[in-house]
Amino acid sequence: MHSFGYRANALLTFAVTILAFICAIASFSDKFSNQTPSAQIQILNINWFQKQPHGNDEVSLTLNVTADLQSLFTWNTKQVFAFVAAEYETSKNALNQVSLWDAIIPEKEHAKFWIQISNKYRFIDQGHNLRGKDFNLTLHWHVMPKTGKMFADKIVMSGYQLPNAYR
Amino acid sequence: MDWQGQKLVEQLMQILLVISGVVALVVGYTTESFRTMMLIYAGGVVLTTLVTVPNWPFYNHHPLKWLDPSEAEKHPKPEVVSVASKKKFSKK
Repeated sequence: MHSFGYRANALLTFAVTILAFICAIASFSDKFSNQTPSAQIQILNINWFQKQPHGNDEVSLTLNVTADLQSLFTWNTKQVFAFVAAEYETSKNALNQVSLWDAIIPEKEHAKFWIQISNKYRFIDQGHNLRGKDFNLTLHWHVMPKTGKMFADKIVMSGYQLPNAYR
Repeated sequence: MDWQGQKLVEQLMQILLVISGVVALVVGYTTESFRTMMLIYAGGVVLTTLVTVPNWPFYNHHPLKWLDPSEAEKHPKPEVVSVASKKKFSKK
């Protein structure tokens, strides 16, 4: 500690080490939060259901998404990324997941929402397997913290079915 | 800065930084504000810098006692006799 430079260096190094500790503890404190998210998705209307020129099925839906993701937000949350995926099985693939809608929720106040829209991303199958298909609509979310590891979870809602004929 | 001062600086630096960290964490957690935690910690680091890095007078209360010049003259340094040393690498 005999010179200005030596002291400045020692201080900076120790300060950054303690900063790393603080961030680790802040990230760890997320484990103590109680998370109870809830969601509901309703299909209001099948707008159209057609076979594309290439032979793939495509369907356009109007969805009503209601969700309360407020309990996912802690002091260490930067944003929550939520998306709705349609999941179904075909003879070709054990699991197909098609993302229909997503949103970035930056604050707790915006995490309790009700939205009615047609699908943001196109629902196209690999092939023409969608007639009369049973599928699940799953709301996935990724919680992105300010420091620490991102974690993801989902709610699966089943019981949806596409019509048996093209419209 | 003398030896006592250096020891004091090291202790002060460590204690002040750890306390800033702990206070920042506790206040941030209870107010649920990450920003508050970072601001308090940054303030703590700046405060510690102001206290420990410049060479304040109170770090020099135990100055080194250098030997008095008149005393030094009574004990002359031994003379260094230069010896021609063989070069260890040979020229080829």
